Amino acid sequence: MGTLASVLEHAGFATVALSSIRGQIETTSPPRALHCEFPLGRPLGKPNDADFQREVLIAAFSLLEEPDGPVLVDYPISIEDDADAPLSCPIPPSDTSDRNPTAAEALGLLPAWRRTQETYGRSTVGKVVTAEQVPDMLDLFTRITDGESWEDIGFPGDPTKIAADIKNFYEEAAISLSNLPPSARSAESWFVTETLGGQTIQTARIKMKEAGVKFYFWYYLLPMTQHHEVDTK
Amino acid sequence: MSDKQLRSKLGGLEGFAFDQIPWTAPKPLHESRVAIVTTAGLRVEDDADWNAGDQGFTEIPRDADDLTLAHYSPNFDRVGWVLDKNVVFPIDRLHELAEEGIIGSVAETHISFMGAQPDHTLETIRLDSGPAAAKLLTDAEVDLVLLTPV
Repeated sequence: MGTLASVLEHAGFATVALSSIRGQIETTSPPRALHCEFPLGRPLGKPNDADFQREVLIAAFSLLEEPDGPVLVDYPISIEDDADAPLSCPIPPSDTSDRNPTAAEALGLLPAWRRTQETYGRSTVGKVVTAEQVPDMLDLFTRITDGESWEDIGFPGDPTKIAADIKNFYEEAAISLSNLPPSARSAESWFVTETLGGQTIQTARIKMKEAGVKFYFWYYLLPMTQHHEVDTK
Repeated sequence: MSDKQLRSKLGGLEGFAFDQIPWTAPKPLHESRVAIVTTAGLRVEDDADWNAGDQGFTEIPRDADDLTLAHYSPNFDRVGWVLDKNVVFPIDRLHELAEEGIIGSVAETHISFMGAQPDHTLETIRLDSGPAAAKLLTDAEVDLVLLTPV
């Protein structure tokens, strides 16, 4: 982002960049940057906190008063993520009479996912499949955990994007199942450590890595924050 | 692994810096038309999904209400975006600052690129898509650009 800021500044605009990774902003050295130690994915810090977001913007725009640059200032407030604290989130009981338990779990989460859509009107599901197709996709990933090669399964698109649709579906369902809006990465950790769906993707990821599959296809099945030590052998 | 550990891994990656950091003297803030340029990999409804290595951009109209966060990398939180788009794309905050007279106005046109580029030289952004985006912002009479990551 720092390089892009310089391209735009060179074109005649004054620029102010919010920074999320200090090392990268030091390397790329944009004209003006406010480094905010907030969870990755939340560059304004706190969702649904207009006052907090406003203060961040006011601090960023104050850098325009500097007479020369480059300027890199640290915002005085930090926010930690909760990758190490999975969300406390009940999973609805599912009907496993004619589905594998993982697909049945996802079917049971569909009503919660729909409630989130009704409340917030936004979804990150849909890169390849719809929320309704998530149970079928979990059937496909289960075949990898059973030893089948991912290339023989017939995914309807890039498996990393399908895995993202699955993860995002679970996280969005969790928004409606938890008492409070999930803090950063707490729903992600819940998905990977507490649900059959997440455990299926994790196992498939490790199997693909061990089978020598191209880096991109196993590495991006889950966030790096959830690449647990079991796959480092 | 937490964001702190992730930052220490990603912070050491190679990046491109210009030999001379450009500098544009800003107009007074209360007279400036402000645009957001984000690297979050946003798209509007009919745009194609982002793929790793895409160095293009997409134009976001000021009143777009069908935005999707479609970045290829899974390595950041998406829940915040679902709860409140302003935590990534603070368009409502800019409107409020314009109403208060702190900034001059909110641009008609905003732009999304996608960060976490495998090609750290960003050659296409530097030589092609970056200048093309700048042309759009010039046409929209933008003075000040706020860049947001994810």
